[in-house]
Amino acid sequence: MDFKLSSEHLMARTLFSEFAENEVKPYAAEVDETEEFPKGTVEKLQRYGFMGIPIPREFGGQGCDSLTYVMCVEELSKRCATTGVIVSAHTSLCCDPIYKFGTPAQKEEYLKPLASGDKLGAFALTEPGAGTDAAGVQTKAVLEGEQYVLNGSKIFITNGKEADIYIVFAMTDPSKGTKGISAFIVEKGAPGFTFGTKEKKMGIRGSSTYELIFRDCRIPRENLLGQEGKGFSIAMATLDGGRIGIAAQALGIAEGALETTVAYVKQRKQFGRTIAQFQNTQFTLADLAAKTEAAKMLVYKAAYAKDTQKRFSVEAAMAKLFAAETAMEVTTKCVQLHGGYGYTREYAVERMMRDAKITEIYEGTSEVQRMVISGSLLS
Amino acid sequence: MLNIVVCIKQVPDTNEVRLDPKTGTLIREGVPSIMNPDDKAGLEAALRIKDELGACVRVVSMGPAQADAVLREALAMGADEAYLISDRAFGGADTWATSSTIAAAVSKLPYDIVFTGRQAIDGDTAQVGPQMAEHLGIPNVSYAEEIRVVGDSLIVKRQFENSYQVVRVKMPCLVTALTELNRPRYMTPGGIFSAYREKQVTVWARADVPVDDSNIGLKGSPTRVKESFPKALKGKGEVVTLDAEAEADYLVSKLREKFVI
Repeated sequence: MDFKLSSEHLMARTLFSEFAENEVKPYAAEVDETEEFPKGTVEKLQRYGFMGIPIPREFGGQGCDSLTYVMCVEELSKRCATTGVIVSAHTSLCCDPIYKFGTPAQKEEYLKPLASGDKLGAFALTEPGAGTDAAGVQTKAVLEGEQYVLNGSKIFITNGKEADIYIVFAMTDPSKGTKGISAFIVEKGAPGFTFGTKEKKMGIRGSSTYELIFRDCRIPRENLLGQEGKGFSIAMATLDGGRIGIAAQALGIAEGALETTVAYVKQRKQFGRTIAQFQNTQFTLADLAAKTEAAKMLVYKAAYAKDTQKRFSVEAAMAKLFAAETAMEVTTKCVQLHGGYGYTREYAVERMMRDAKITEIYEGTSEVQRMVISGSLLS
Repeated sequence: MLNIVVCIKQVPDTNEVRLDPKTGTLIREGVPSIMNPDDKAGLEAALRIKDELGACVRVVSMGPAQADAVLREALAMGADEAYLISDRAFGGADTWATSSTIAAAVSKLPYDIVFTGRQAIDGDTAQVGPQMAEHLGIPNVSYAEEIRVVGDSLIVKRQFENSYQVVRVKMPCLVTALTELNRPRYMTPGGIFSAYREKQVTVWARADVPVDDSNIGLKGSPTRVKESFPKALKGKGEVVTLDAEAEADYLVSKLREKFVI
């Protein structure tokens, strides 16, 4: 066993960290305040190959591994969690399923432009009646000749209005329950595909979270991803990977909050001393640092498992559960260490605490992660 | 296709270097090593020429084995080949011995343009580039702020304290680059993987470099460092926009304030 990162991983971390510092951090507060999708930053992410890190080069990606990808999401999220989730949703939830389940023609037409950064991806599973209970999908797809006709709506879709290519889940045979769900590749601009309301969120406010509406939306038959009826297992397999991305986002948020708080307590004075000199501060920071490091180990282990194991659901669930709850605890306590200033938008920890909350909810709530873990324990 | 050689140096990140308050010497421990910024601008200039016109970009560095990292970084940015001149025999070199050694190594490679940085942030001599041009017998254009390839020549805008000079120089030539020349690109993740897993850094030891013993290492160095001191910190400049008379008054008042007049 070796806990040392390879030279290429160390250099990649330096790259991501410098990029995040120079290109992401300066806009993080503004992105949060204005709730505007950071288009300029995303263009840079696309230009420098950050949008297809774990995808092989033959499909337009960078040919790196999951650990490199995870470090990218982590470093971006240290400075701006909105930017982190844009990359994570695009890579884990859109590129990955096409890479894993797509036909050679689908990879050529959709994966290549996604992984090379020409197009942005999204994933549409959630519906008003189908959140954690993903089997309750109501959107329907009916085969008419050479086209599928989609009807229904999706909510809370990350990269919603900004994406070009969507993985959409719809019921092709309602009589079969989860085995009647199928996955489709839908392009922006498909007839009958429009956008509904934009969500106003507590955190990750720059990510474009929209409702997608399909009214007699016609897509070519060959845009079925995988086989008919396999949509649910495609969704679950995809979310296993996605959870590692979100775990990395949570880890980054925790690390970012800790870093800025360490700097703050060294200069903030009360009672004639810096607050870093108080044991309460020291012990709190020690606990937070230990938990953040533990989260990092789980996240990196899950990334490694994704590349080396057939199944990694438990590793992904543990990483996401622990990293998300760590992010929430770290950011909450970092706000506390900032005192009143931490409650204001002048200080980044206020934003980080709001951003952290979503990591306990999306791509499987903490409760779902506990179900996955305990299900495996008790099976 | 053009052949471009870029000379790069690994230096301690002087932004991170602190002074020992007691001895006044640099504390280098734990200071990250980076590609010298002026050199990086030279590399970016080479890569832009490659993007525009096609070129083979070879990077050369002299230093200990750790300097491998800056060469890999250059490969990850898009350089094609990398060479590390590394041997104990080259250690302790002053600018003369350094330029003699690197020029001899470069003479083994095809080149139309040789880029070096103006100066390294750890030594600040600005001598190695121009000296190399002398050793190689090619023209040298220093302080490049803008570069264009026109036929068999380069048009180079040179930066001075308060003026510019635009020169046309025939290739082969050597250009020393300023950080103002461009904003270097980032590496790509795939570039990093390929730099470590597919590409090679060729190491040239003493026997691989055609240079006379009298011109290398500490023994081949005619100069000795008498004293090292950090750059004096300059205060932040202030730009004032008033009408001419008011500006003059402001200036005089400031000079009086500082007891200059």
